[in-house]
Amino acid sequence: MPFLEIVEITKKFGEFTALDKVSLQVHEGELVCFLGPSGCGKTTLLRAIAGLDIQTSGHIFQRGKEISNLPPTERDFGIVFQSYALFPNLTVEKNVGYGLVSNKMGRKAVGERVAELLDMVGLPDSGSKYPAALSGGQQQRVALARALATSPGMLLLDEPLSALDAKVRVRLRHEIKELQRQLGVTTVMVTHDQEEALSMADRIVVMNDGVIEQVGTPTEIYREPDSLFVANFVGEMNQLSGVAAGPHTVQLGTATLSSQSHGLETGTKGIVSIRPEDVIPHGPGARSPGAPDELSDIQNAFDGTIQEMEFLGSYWRARITGGLLDGDSLIADFSMNAVRRMSLAEGKTIKIELPSDRLRLFLGDDKGPEA
Amino acid sequence: MTALDQPRSLIPGPLSTLQRIRNLGTESWIMLAGIVSLCAALLALLVMPLYSLLSKAVEDDKGAFVGLANFQEYFSSAGLVQSIGNSLTIAGLTMVIACVLAFIFAYGITRSCMPFKRTFRALATIPILAPSLLPAISLIYLLGNQGMIKGLLFGETIYGPIGIMIGMIFYIFPHVLMIMVTALSTTDARLYEAAEVLGAGPVRIFFTVTIPGAIYGIVSAAVIAFTLTITDFGVPKVIGGQYNVLATDIYKQVIGQQNFSMGAVVGLVLLLPAMFSFVIDRHVKKKQVALLSARAVPYHPKPHKVRDRALLAFCVLMSLFLIGILGTAAFASLVTFWPYDLSLTLAHYDFDAVDPNGWSSFYNSLKMASFTAVVGVVVIFLGAYFVEKGRGFGRLRSGFHMLAMLPMAVPGLVLGLAYIFFFSRPENPLSVMYSTMTILVLCTIVHFYTVSHLTMLTALKQIDKEFESVSASLKVPFYKTMLRVHVPICLPTISEVMMYLFVNAMTTVSAVVFIYSPDTKLAAISVLNMDDVGDTAEASAMAMIIVLTSVTAKLLHGLIMKSFTARHSAWRQRTG
Repeated sequence: MPFLEIVEITKKFGEFTALDKVSLQVHEGELVCFLGPSGCGKTTLLRAIAGLDIQTSGHIFQRGKEISNLPPTERDFGIVFQSYALFPNLTVEKNVGYGLVSNKMGRKAVGERVAELLDMVGLPDSGSKYPAALSGGQQQRVALARALATSPGMLLLDEPLSALDAKVRVRLRHEIKELQRQLGVTTVMVTHDQEEALSMADRIVVMNDGVIEQVGTPTEIYREPDSLFVANFVGEMNQLSGVAAGPHTVQLGTATLSSQSHGLETGTKGIVSIRPEDVIPHGPGARSPGAPDELSDIQNAFDGTIQEMEFLGSYWRARITGGLLDGDSLIADFSMNAVRRMSLAEGKTIKIELPSDRLRLFLGDDKGPEA
Repeated sequence: MTALDQPRSLIPGPLSTLQRIRNLGTESWIMLAGIVSLCAALLALLVMPLYSLLSKAVEDDKGAFVGLANFQEYFSSAGLVQSIGNSLTIAGLTMVIACVLAFIFAYGITRSCMPFKRTFRALATIPILAPSLLPAISLIYLLGNQGMIKGLLFGETIYGPIGIMIGMIFYIFPHVLMIMVTALSTTDARLYEAAEVLGAGPVRIFFTVTIPGAIYGIVSAAVIAFTLTITDFGVPKVIGGQYNVLATDIYKQVIGQQNFSMGAVVGLVLLLPAMFSFVIDRHVKKKQVALLSARAVPYHPKPHKVRDRALLAFCVLMSLFLIGILGTAAFASLVTFWPYDLSLTLAHYDFDAVDPNGWSSFYNSLKMASFTAVVGVVVIFLGAYFVEKGRGFGRLRSGFHMLAMLPMAVPGLVLGLAYIFFFSRPENPLSVMYSTMTILVLCTIVHFYTVSHLTMLTALKQIDKEFESVSASLKVPFYKTMLRVHVPICLPTISEVMMYLFVNAMTTVSAVVFIYSPDTKLAAISVLNMDDVGDTAEASAMAMIIVLTSVTAKLLHGLIMKSFTARHSAWRQRTG
């Protein structure tokens, strides 16, 4: 039995449909991320799970028990918001112990539990401070401790890191994930930050326009996107106009390249996609173990000209034209190493390989939103 | 699709209202009960009385329906129709003059480098502390038949439009100034820098940047000035002489001639401009929000000798006017016989000698104002909390909010009159309250509800909207979090609203003048009565007692808040 089961949830705000028959299962102990652009319905879904905004129709089951219409007080969850929502007039201790006092624990037991929680989030000495005296990252830890205080069955995180500085964010990302794994608490997190989702989630739910586009592990989402939207939203993706030439081949310009199986009928126009880091340059000095001896033996390749190169620190980003591209440009990321070995430079024409296991074809006339 | 273990009844459809009600938790019931009782209270204390007023206007003295006959009679009486013109003229002129004066004063406070800005700002609040009868009485002392400086009028009489206008300017000045100051404070310095860089001169900048930036505030201030003037009763009652306006007409029809139907008609006529102003003000306020960007840079004036001195001179003159009016009343209450025997005496403060109620009316006022402040703030806080922080019952909550906005559009006189009609009917079970202290308290709370409600709402809006969600997830009922978190955070606003209610309850005349009884006579009404029978010095003395009470309350409030903040609000300071 799934820990949390969402069945055909629809939520309307007046005429606007925020969620359209969304169904999903969350398993015990996993961390699931709802990822999508603003307005995709991810927060609405989280609030429906919490009972904060009851859905217009549909059902929610937690541990097999229907909770669809229960008010939030009768559900079993802890929640952390983007704003932390710490009570400013109460000390850190009082904030963390807020939900404990009413559970009729003894005062001493409450004190011990609060100390334990503060220890757990790495703030053992901040109990007597007021929230305003803490940094953003510290406030977020307090909010987390407060949400976990009553040992809820489920932890809901609503954009918990987006109000923080980049460096603090990366550190907290790791800490939250560690804590979650340690406690084994089933967690649903909402974020619009793909990096956050990729690094933290056991499974990612990519949402767009009130529907789920794809559910999968971070590597599945990144490497095998189900739709052009997912491909674009998570990571970067080249989009070239192409036509389905066969079940495993696409026609790009005049050449036919082998690709992942795409399920489109032969002759259908679509968008050929490949991630910039999957593009392989070949030139003198490119010899690596197992590579073909002759450049002409390389499959799925064409001659392209490097129009521009941009230095991005750990790698170079190149814009390539010519060959099969038929007016389109291809963005490719080359390692420092490759650039040095092959003396890649602007204006140079080299062999460009598009590996068939990285090449996909999606249905679509327009090129969709830029990631 | 999802694989379910066993078939469940899955009929995803919208919940019916009945289902929703059945699904309500205990907390929702408490919240529902709270909102419903507040709505019921405002219906009983505002809407139904107004309805009685409306129906009274289409009845004759015996209660028979006569259609628009009363209106016909009203509009065929030249004297009564004349009052409409008089009221509009007075309100229009007062509005223009008060707005110009307040704009210059506010400009000095916000846009110059003159000294004593804080002092001027504090001095300008003097009129709030006094009943509107006070400036009128002072003006009579200064410019009336025995006036000390009546030569200034060059033969014109103060008993009439001139007196009403000067008195009204004094009375409404702080209200208009407050809005002007806000309008001129919320500006973006970058606009001025841009204009200067583009080569605009000071005059051009004033008309292309300053005025457009403040225009909504100016309109809002004008509307307030107009409404306050047209609905005020104290000033024209004391100094109006033979010059009739709508507000005094109502009083004369009801108290003088006992013609209740005609009083109701005049009340409805007076309701129109007030409603109209209310609508304009709402409209303007909505537009104003969009004008302010969060990234605006505050404007800091640079010194400019000529401008600063001119503004300083103006503010000094204006302050002298305000202090002079108050000082005259104070002085007149302390001299033996104005203007012939100026030896000092406290004899006029012996109210028991001239008025059957004597000092008891002051104690009544004190009691009424205290109850109004305490009961009022509780009700207003709860109402604002439900509107802003409640969950569910959206229509009910916005309905209550609309009801809470209504008192702003109802002049005090009209409210008081409506109360007579509604509560004096023996068949009304609420009539037991008639002529009690309770009805005075309730009427005053309703009268000043809107401003307090909006103030409280603003304070609550600044509190994180997720506190309720967090509280619910921790299984702590909302009312507990409200008491432990929202009330402490809002404490400064709560005490401010209490102060506002207290001072207004001390000084108000218009609504309560119709519903007080001999046992519940208030100090401000004593001022009115004593002035009516010619005990002017005693009237000034009582007005001064009201002023002193308001000032004392303000000072006490300041002291208490200061010591309280020092002890209980460590969390407000950033220490990290």
